[in-house]
Amino acid sequence: MTLGLINANPVVHAKKERVARSEDPHADDAVDPLEIYDHVRDIRDPEHPYSLEQLSVLSEESITVDEKLGRILIMFTPTIQHCSMVTVIGLCLREKLKDCFPPHFKVDIKVAPGSHADEESVNKQLNDKERVAAALENPNLRQLVDECLYSSEL
Amino acid sequence: MPLFQWYHSHPSFLKQFSVTYGWFIVSVHFFHLHLLMKKLRDLYGPSDGIVGEIFDTLGRYFPIHFTHPKGEDVDVTRDELSRALMFAFTSTPLFEPFAIPLLLEKLSSSLPLAKIDALKYLSHCTLKYGADRMEKHAVAIWSSLRNIVFSSSQEPVLSFDCESVDGIGFSDDDIAKEALTVLEKLFMQNSVLFLNLIVNDEDINLIFDNINSYMNFSNISLQSKRKIHGVGCILATAARSTVFSCNRIFESFFPCLMNTLGISILKPSDNMSPSGKHAVSGTLNFGALYLSVIVLEACRDLTVGSAQVASFPTHETFCCMLERFSASLARDFISYVGRGNETSMADVFLGVKGLQILATFPGSFLSMPESLLEYILTALVSIITENFQGTLSWNLALKALVNVGSYIEKYHESKKEISYMVVVEKIGSLLTAAKCMMPYSRKLEAVSEVGMSGRNYMLKVVPRLEEAIFTNLSDLYVNGYMGPAENTVRLLECYTNKVLPWINNSEGFDEVLHLFVINIWNQIECCKHFSTRTEEKDIFEATMKTMKFAVSNCSETSHNAIVQKAYAVVSSCHFFSWNESAVNHVEMRGLDISHELKLSIRDRWVLSLFASVIMAIHPQTRLPDVRATLWLFMEMLLKGHVPSAQALGSLVNKFGSKANGQSTLDEAMDIIFNTSISHADSAYGISMGIGDKSTMNLADLCFGASNSRLLQINAIVGLAWIGKGLLMRGHEKVKDIVMILLECLSSKGGRHLRQDSGQENCEQDVSSSVMTYVADAFHIMMSDSEVCLSRRYHANIRPLYKQRFFSTMMPMLQALIIKSDSLFQRSVLCRALAYIMSETPLVAVLGEAKKLTPVLLDALLMFSKDNLDKDTMYSLLLLLSGILTDKSSQEVVIENAHIIINCLTRMVSYPHMMLVRETALQCLVAMSMLPHSRIYPLRTQVLQAVSRALDDPKRSVRLQAVRCRQAWSSSPVTT
Repeated sequence: MTLGLINANPVVHAKKERVARSEDPHADDAVDPLEIYDHVRDIRDPEHPYSLEQLSVLSEESITVDEKLGRILIMFTPTIQHCSMVTVIGLCLREKLKDCFPPHFKVDIKVAPGSHADEESVNKQLNDKERVAAALENPNLRQLVDECLYSSEL
Repeated sequence: MPLFQWYHSHPSFLKQFSVTYGWFIVSVHFFHLHLLMKKLRDLYGPSDGIVGEIFDTLGRYFPIHFTHPKGEDVDVTRDELSRALMFAFTSTPLFEPFAIPLLLEKLSSSLPLAKIDALKYLSHCTLKYGADRMEKHAVAIWSSLRNIVFSSSQEPVLSFDCESVDGIGFSDDDIAKEALTVLEKLFMQNSVLFLNLIVNDEDINLIFDNINSYMNFSNISLQSKRKIHGVGCILATAARSTVFSCNRIFESFFPCLMNTLGISILKPSDNMSPSGKHAVSGTLNFGALYLSVIVLEACRDLTVGSAQVASFPTHETFCCMLERFSASLARDFISYVGRGNETSMADVFLGVKGLQILATFPGSFLSMPESLLEYILTALVSIITENFQGTLSWNLALKALVNVGSYIEKYHESKKEISYMVVVEKIGSLLTAAKCMMPYSRKLEAVSEVGMSGRNYMLKVVPRLEEAIFTNLSDLYVNGYMGPAENTVRLLECYTNKVLPWINNSEGFDEVLHLFVINIWNQIECCKHFSTRTEEKDIFEATMKTMKFAVSNCSETSHNAIVQKAYAVVSSCHFFSWNESAVNHVEMRGLDISHELKLSIRDRWVLSLFASVIMAIHPQTRLPDVRATLWLFMEMLLKGHVPSAQALGSLVNKFGSKANGQSTLDEAMDIIFNTSISHADSAYGISMGIGDKSTMNLADLCFGASNSRLLQINAIVGLAWIGKGLLMRGHEKVKDIVMILLECLSSKGGRHLRQDSGQENCEQDVSSSVMTYVADAFHIMMSDSEVCLSRRYHANIRPLYKQRFFSTMMPMLQALIIKSDSLFQRSVLCRALAYIMSETPLVAVLGEAKKLTPVLLDALLMFSKDNLDKDTMYSLLLLLSGILTDKSSQEVVIENAHIIINCLTRMVSYPHMMLVRETALQCLVAMSMLPHSRIYPLRTQVLQAVSRALDDPKRSVRLQAVRCRQAWSSSPVTT
C-alpha cells in the first residue's frame, strides 16, 4: 500500500518579487521581518517541490522581530488543518534561523492561531529545546530537514 | 541538401517528426518552417484540412516553455525559440483561422509570459495576415485588448511625479504596453473599423457618461482610476497612430471633455494676465482633465513626428478645434496649478503637463498667437519664482520650461525662441535679484537647467553666472567673508560641475571661457589688498577647481594668452622676485629658502591660481619664462605649498623634448635636481661633506641634509609629484627619483634619518614619520589624482605605465624587504609595495602572485590597525580576492591557506569599512572551495569569525556571513 500525500493538491501562489534594498551606506540596517523572510521564504515544502512562500505557509507579515530584545517570532500557516508535516516545517525554520542569526536571538516558532488541529501541542513541541534537539538527532528527520533547506529543486 | 528542400520532398514528414522527436528538435526546426509552408501552399493549395493539422501540431508549442538545463551545450535561448515559432505562425496567412483564436484564448491565461507572447504574436500576425483576414476577428481582438488595458495593475497615481512629466503611460506594465502596441498596429491597418469599435464601446462611453463623477482624484475608486487610465491610453494610442484617427478621436471625444471642464472658446486677447488672479473658468474635474491632457499629448506627438513630412496637411479638423480652444485650455491649466493647497498633486501635474504640451505644438500645425505662448511661459516662470516652497510644482514647472526650451532648440522654432529668450533672461536675472526670496540653490538649479536646454540659452545664461561669480569674489576680496560662504561655493560648484561639462560638449564657447578666466585674473590684478577675512578655505578650493576646469576646457591658443596674463599678475607680486638680476643670482648662488613662507592672503590666492592654470594647460602652451616658473614652484614646494608641487609635476609631464625656443625637459630636470638650495640650518651637509657648508640640492634635502624635518617632508612630497609627472609620461628620469626614495627607505637612508638624532627616542618618531611620507610618495605616484595630471588636464599618459612601474619596482622593494633590519623599516617597505600593488591592474599582479601573497597579507594586517588607509586596504583585499579566484594561483593559495585565513578572519571584523568586511567574507567563501584536507583544520576558526559577523550592524555583511557559514558548514566535496 502506498501512502498518499497529506495534501495532494495544494494551492500554489506566485512568488513575490524580491525587493532590492537600497545601497545607502548610512541606511538603518536593523534586522527587520523582510530580512528574516528572505532567509526562510525559499525553504522547500517537505511534501511538494514548492517553496513555503509559494504555498503561502509564510508571509512577511507573519514575522515579528525585536532587535533590541533579540526576539524573533514566526507564525506559519500549514496548508491544511491536519498537516502532519507541520513539525518538520517548524524544524526547518528553526534550523535555518540558527544558521542565519547569532545565538543571542531567541526564536519562537508557532502555527497561526486556528490553522492547525493540534495547535497547542505543536507549538509546545516546536519550542521545546530538548525535543527539537532529539528530533534532529533522528537521521531520517535530519535528512528530510536538510533536503528542505538545501534543496535545489525549486 | 538544404533543409526546406528536404521537407519539400517528404511532405508527410512534418506530421511524423513532431511525434517522433522531442519538442526541442521540433522547436529548432521552426526556424525553417516558414520556408516550408510556402512550399506546402504550392503543393496542396489552400486546403484547410492539412493546414489545420499542421497548425494543430504547431500550436501545441505555444507558449514556448523552455526548461532546458543551462549547463548543456545548447546554443539557443527561449526568446529565439519563441521568435522562431512566431515566424512559423505567420509563415502563411492560411493559419489565420487557427492562430488568432488560439492567441486570443491564451490572452486570457494567467501566465504573464503567455500573455506577452500572445500579444507579440498578434502584432506580427496583424502585419502578416493583412487587413481582410484580421477584420473577421476585430471584435474579439478589441475586446481582449481592451480588457487587458483596463485591468492593468498599475495605479496611475504612481506616475504623477516629476520623472514622468515626459510621458504618461504604462511604465512598468509590459503586458499593457504590448497590448497598446498591437492596438496601434490595428489602428494603422484598419482605422475605420477599430475607431468605430472605440467610439461605440460601452465601457468607454460609460466613462464619458459618468465623467462628472470623477471630480477629485482622491475620491475616485481604484477601479475607476484604472479604467480612466486605460481609456486615456487607448484614446492616445488611436490619436497617435494616424491623422485620420486623430481627427476622429477629437471629433468624438474632445467637445465632451471641453464641455465637462466648462471650457468655452476664448480669444487670446481676452483678459489673460498670468500675474493676476486666474478667474477659475472651468470646473474642477480630474477625469476630464486627465483625458484631455493625455489626448493632447498624443496629438502633439503625432504632429511633432510628422512635422518634417511636407505632405502632412496643416488644416486638419483636430488642429482647427485645438486652435479654438487653446487659449481657454491654457487658462484652465494655469488655474489648476495655481489653486494652491486645494489642488492635489495630480491636478498640479496635469496642469503643468498641459501647459508644456500646448507650448510644444509645432507652429506649422497650431498657429498659436505669441501672446498665448508668452502667457504660458510667464505662468511657468511665476511658479518658479513665487512658488519655490512647493517642491513638486516647482520641479514640474522647471522641467516643463526645460522641455519647452529643448523643443524650440531642436525644431528651430524661431518665433517661439524670441518668447523663450525673455524667459531665459528672467531666470538668469534671478541670481542677482536681491529681492527674490528663493533659496540660492534653487536659483542655481533653475538657471543652470534652463541654460542647459539649448546652446543659445546657455550663451545668455553663462554671462549671468559669471557676473554673479565676479560679484561674489569681488565682495570676498574687498570685504572678506561676510555672508554665508556656501552660496559662493555652490555657485562655483554649479558652474564647474554642471555648466562647464555641458559647455565642453558644445561648440562656440571658447571665447566665453577665455574671457571668464582672463577676467578673474583682471579682477585679482586690480584688487591689490585683500581683506584679512578673505581666508575662506572652501571658496579658495572651489575657485581653484573652477579655474582648472575652465582653463582645461579652453583651446590651445587661449592657453597662451591665459598663461601670459597669469604670469604677468604673478610676476607683479612681491614674493616673485625673479627679475633679470635675481635669475643670475639663482644661477650663481642657488635658491635661498632660509626665510619662512609668509605669503599674504592675496599672494596665496595668486600663487595657487597660477599653479591651477599651469596644471590645466595643454602641453604645447608656451610659458613666458620657464626657468623663473620652475624656480618659483621649487621654492614654494619646499616651503610646503602643495599646489606648487603639483604644478611642477604637471610641467615636467608636459614639457616637450624638443621645443622651439622653449626649455626642454632635460633642462628642466637639470634645474630641478641641480639647483643648489641654501638653508640656514644644514647640519647634515656639514657632517656629510656635501658641497659648501650651507647649500644642498633637492636629493640632499630628501635625505635630511637640513635639520628641518618639515623641509625634508616638503622635499619628499614635491619629489613625489615630480616623479608622478615623469612616471606617467614614461620618462626614464623617474628611476633617479625612485632611487632617491628607496635610498631614504633603505637601511643606509634609514640610518641617515636616525643618525643625526641627538635625543634618540624623540627623533626616532620624527624620522619614522619621514619614512612614512616616503612610502606615501609611492601612493602619490601611482594613484589617479583628480586634482591634476589626468586626461581632463591634458596630461601625457603612456599606456601601461603602471604595469611597467610595478614590474620594475617589485623586485627592488622585495629585495629591500628581505634585507631590512628592523620591524619598522620592513613595515614601511611593505606599505610602499602595497601602494604600488593596489594601484596596478589585477592582471599584472596575478603573474607575480606567488611572491606577492605574503607581502600582501602583511600589508593588509598592517593597514587594518587603523582607519587611515581603508581605501588602499580595500583595493588590496580586492587584489587578494582576485588571486583567490584565479585558477593559476591555486597552488600559492593552498600553500598559504593558513595565513590567508588568519588574515581574512581578522578583516571580517574590521570596523571602519563595510566593504572590507563584505569582501573578506566573499574571500572566505572562495577559500572554502580549496581541498578539504587543507582547509579542514581551519574550519573552526573560520566558523567562529563568521558567527561574529552574523551580528554585524550592516545587512549586506550579515547576508554574506550567512552564505559564508553555509559554505563552510556543508562538507566540501573537493578532495
